[in-house]
Amino acid sequence: MFSFCADPDALGTFRWFSCYLTNGVHMSFYLSFVKVLVLLAITAPVALSFGFVGAMAARSHVLPVSWLGKGYIAIVRGVPDIAFFMFFVIALDQGFEWVRHQILCPDWTDPIRQGNDFLVCTSAKLPLGTSPEWVHETYGFFLAVITFSIVFGAFAANVLFGGMNAVPHAQLETAEAYGMTRRQTFWRVLVPQMWVYALPGLSNLWLVLIKATPLLFLLGVEDIVYWARELGGTKTSQFTAYPHPDWRMWYFLFLLFFYLGFTRVSEIVLERLMTRLSHGQATTGGEALRKQVTA
Amino acid sequence: MKSCVQTIQDYGLRSLGVGERRLPTSDFTLCEQFTLIGSGMLWNIYFGVLALITGFFLATALAVGKSSKNRLFRKPAEWFIFLFRGSPLFIQFFFAYFLFLSLKKTYPMFDAFTSAWLGALIVLFLNTSAYSAEIFYGALRSIPKGDVEAADAYGLSGWARFRRVIWPTMLRLAWPAYTNEAIFLFQATTLVFFSAFPAWRQEGDALYYASYFADKTFNPFIPYPILAFYFILFTLFIVWGFGRINTRLNRHLPQTQRKKLRLRLNLAR
Repeated sequence: MFSFCADPDALGTFRWFSCYLTNGVHMSFYLSFVKVLVLLAITAPVALSFGFVGAMAARSHVLPVSWLGKGYIAIVRGVPDIAFFMFFVIALDQGFEWVRHQILCPDWTDPIRQGNDFLVCTSAKLPLGTSPEWVHETYGFFLAVITFSIVFGAFAANVLFGGMNAVPHAQLETAEAYGMTRRQTFWRVLVPQMWVYALPGLSNLWLVLIKATPLLFLLGVEDIVYWARELGGTKTSQFTAYPHPDWRMWYFLFLLFFYLGFTRVSEIVLERLMTRLSHGQATTGGEALRKQVTA
Repeated sequence: MKSCVQTIQDYGLRSLGVGERRLPTSDFTLCEQFTLIGSGMLWNIYFGVLALITGFFLATALAVGKSSKNRLFRKPAEWFIFLFRGSPLFIQFFFAYFLFLSLKKTYPMFDAFTSAWLGALIVLFLNTSAYSAEIFYGALRSIPKGDVEAADAYGLSGWARFRRVIWPTMLRLAWPAYTNEAIFLFQATTLVFFSAFPAWRQEGDALYYASYFADKTFNPFIPYPILAFYFILFTLFIVWGFGRINTRLNRHLPQTQRKKLRLRLNLAR
């Protein structure tokens, strides 16, 4: 990157590091941090909307819909989330390919599962074998985002369901007394009020989501864990201009501090947000609400 | 095609290195998948139970330290808890493994630490200590003032007051949350073989075998539900066991005041 980097062997320690940390592979490493942030930025709202739909379904008066919602909430309980991650990545991929296969190749007669293989016709493959490298990577990332959203959507559904149930019943009865329909009551009275009750749970969920991002590595995305392993490993002068012994420990220490910092900053921001919200609610919600928000 | 009894004899303890050496490579039967994944559960139980028991003591010490008025005790406890609760367990595993690996180069006695049975156990122990300590700390803070005053009135102080009044009350208040922690710790044990710790001679945990089958058959719809089955079974067992202890801890209270175990989800690391 710098002009003096032409011959790394001749550099002093400081300059050596300034060259080493700005070489091409390290740029990919820094880019993978952006990947993590993008994942968070997409997953958080998508998971929240999944959660909202889930909670709405769980409250439904139509029994099968309510079962569906409650099942969605319950399914993450008792099973490790990482098992869900590993499951959904393959299952989603096969699901998409199967659907495309049904649409694109209707006259295909061979069974799709042949022993240990999952065979769909060539034009149904995702991504297409002919597509460039970046399409494959984006597709992998896209699968990861959906997987994260499904799993965290279930968490969010649980929190929002709790929040909806926490809204004082008198509020809903009042709305009905004013002649509002069920739909109006839900959108005009319940939803605006439930956020305050759901916020402690949601902010907790955000912290959990941050801490779940290294699992991207398991989904086959080239994320920060992948690059830390790659870059930290022993490098001999045969393959690189910057030979060094096994530094993976230091790379992971750096990641550890990255996450600690990220968590701390989030905690401070969320704390501020909650104080602000509880200020607004203190007059109407009274003591019980204030306790709940600050607890 | 072997009988299922034969399969259980061959693979029932495969995760511990007992029985058939070669894993099945093709034409997996349902019985093989059930047996091997169940065999892997032994590792999850080993990590979960040992980390929970050892972590319990450190957690108590940390909680007392964090609520201490002396900065010398409070600050280290606070930092310890923040360090392990604020970072992902996955990264902690990686860091610990590479730390032990580089320590091993200079001190050969760290050899055992680079294998999962000890190294990962230490990480899980420290991790669950931090999470449990936060729960216990919260419970310590919500001990009714009257209880402590009553202890004072009886002339109890220091260790006697802690052992007879504060500690039992702390446990009673913390128990529902601690049950959650036990469940999540147990689920977190699946991360061990997916971080850096190698599964020596393919002796891994339940998720390791489940993903082995999923990779071989390219069919996730059989091994993962089996895994889920085992985990739900064990979670129910934890809930039952901890519920029994909860009943005992609350046995002096009238029925209506007893704290029910309410399971919450938000503890994942």
